[in-house]
Amino acid sequence: MSIPKETLLHSYRSMKTIREFEERVHAEIMNGQIPGFTHLYTGQEANAVAVCAHLDESDTIISTHRGHGHCIAKGADVSGMMKELFGSSEGLCKGKGGSMHVADIDKGILGANGIVAGGPPISVGSALAAKIRKNGKVAVSFSGDGSVNQGTCFEAMNMAVVLQVPAVFVIENNYYSEHTHIDYAVGCDDLKARTEAFGFPVFVADGADFFAVYEAAGKAIAHARAGNGPAGVFAEQGRYHGHFVGDPQAYRGEGELDDLRENHDPLKVFRQHMATSGDLSEAELDAIDAEVMAEIEQSVVDAKAAARPTPDQVTADVYIQYGATA
Amino acid sequence: MPEKTMRDAINEALHQAMEQDDSVFVIGEDVAGCNGSAGDVGSVGGVFGVTSGIYNRWPDRCVDTPISESAIVGAAAGAALVGMRPVAEIMFADFIGVCMDQIVNQMGKFRYMFGGKSRCPAVIRFASGGGFSAAGQHSQAMYQVMTSFPGLKVVVPSNAYDAKGLMLTAIQDDDPVLFFEPKILYQETAEVPDEMYTIPFGEANFVREGDDVTVVAFGQMVPKAAAVIDALGEEGISCDLIDPRTTSPLDENAILESVQATGRLVVVDEAPPRCGLTADIAGLAADKAFSSLKAPIKQVSAPHSPTPFSPELEAAYLPDAEKITAAIKATLA
Repeated sequence: MSIPKETLLHSYRSMKTIREFEERVHAEIMNGQIPGFTHLYTGQEANAVAVCAHLDESDTIISTHRGHGHCIAKGADVSGMMKELFGSSEGLCKGKGGSMHVADIDKGILGANGIVAGGPPISVGSALAAKIRKNGKVAVSFSGDGSVNQGTCFEAMNMAVVLQVPAVFVIENNYYSEHTHIDYAVGCDDLKARTEAFGFPVFVADGADFFAVYEAAGKAIAHARAGNGPAGVFAEQGRYHGHFVGDPQAYRGEGELDDLRENHDPLKVFRQHMATSGDLSEAELDAIDAEVMAEIEQSVVDAKAAARPTPDQVTADVYIQYGATA
Repeated sequence: MPEKTMRDAINEALHQAMEQDDSVFVIGEDVAGCNGSAGDVGSVGGVFGVTSGIYNRWPDRCVDTPISESAIVGAAAGAALVGMRPVAEIMFADFIGVCMDQIVNQMGKFRYMFGGKSRCPAVIRFASGGGFSAAGQHSQAMYQVMTSFPGLKVVVPSNAYDAKGLMLTAIQDDDPVLFFEPKILYQETAEVPDEMYTIPFGEANFVREGDDVTVVAFGQMVPKAAAVIDALGEEGISCDLIDPRTTSPLDENAILESVQATGRLVVVDEAPPRCGLTADIAGLAADKAFSSLKAPIKQVSAPHSPTPFSPELEAAYLPDAEKITAAIKATLA
């Protein structure tokens, strides 16, 4: 599989950006600088980035409560996201949405989403629009292993098959629905078979390996884009942090997190691939690291200095226009 | 001017909107009908026939779905986010129970949560209300519940003329609109122009004008209240009858100005009383027109009970002429 160098550079930068963004957000939450509920994507970076590497700006994604990574991978403005998390009126959503509702429609980001499996039905709508307009676009919904037990996920998968729309269901299995393991919460032994029983192909990949996810997502997205109906991607990879920031993670086995960070780090795995293939040099990767760290640092400086919303903004943007519309 | 039923008036609005704008499409259970069967696809046009004939003209824009209300609303919301103008049908308003998240947490909040950078021009249609002996899960009004959610606009037509104009406004509106069609009124006729016209949201209709009592009624209660008021006219009692037509936005000024003139208020709705529109309007008047009131405000609603099945029970359940008459007279006692 040959991946253009530009794609490799961009993808590594995106993964590193997600990593630094999430780790910095974690630190700022611990410092009491970021309010609300936040769910971090650290460890799962390859999933979002490898999927979005196959999309252009007018393809859409819809995300989850753990959405920062998907939004960055699809091109959301990092500084605007950081300001949003800090609750600034200069944030991407003017401080109205916060961590769980980052969105940028112009970039094809139909939003992070605070409701588990809230996204798949909406993504089917975007895919239906693409089918009606015959414009060759695809609609990707990211959701987790928790979402696969929600009725909305079933409804969306079935309807996507019935309507034969270009919807791609990316299921990120990080093994835990909040504090409950997938072995308990998914009643069947073979989730891939259960999902494929809806009537579309599912491609499984090791979510720690960008190249594995890239290949699986490439097949799924090509299938959908060619007009063959929906497809699925299962990316299996644990998260480094708890369900939410502050989660004591009582469900973790001994050594589980150490193993994850040591042996299943998507950034390390990517660098190992590059060391073997020689496609990108260590110096190129190090340069990206330095640039990203500076960018994230600046985003925090900017977020802390950014304007705060004023009370008069509470009722802004509830409607485009309310009252008489003659 | 031609007489048309409310069903035909809404159907005509849908046809005209689809002729005018190819981003408009309809989606829902059996909006075409007979897909995958031995019957002729498109021959159903919705269980109440409101989407009749659309499939035959625009098969790509008449989307039959499985019985999956969350997916229907979600599909409408997602298509609207990327610039389409879907009109989704949820067969009965009661089924909001299985797609509430997609309506309330998703489409109703996109614009706000996304900092004003999205638009979701979706219309969701519902057959609503009682009078069919359809019992507890096929008879609720539901618009009073949905009115409480910011981000949604809520429409309740009471006649065929308004239904067409309000539907055309709803489809053109860039915010999500919930359109509740009182199903008992589908066969009722009114004069409805053939051409397209719109009726602004948030502008109440004065169905009757009078001096003694202000009556505010919604949906299927509007013609009932009108009949009562006409009868009371024989007794020398004259009433304003206000049909808000949209419960969100609500034409507060029309109600308050009338109450300030009459000093008496009766509010009539078919839904149960708690946290409903009768209490909402009564609260509005008590807050903003208290000094004008000459008598206690009267609320006429269903009781705090599910809708019963048996015709005798449902007749006792829904507000009727007797209850509306008694309430109006009570304000004059």
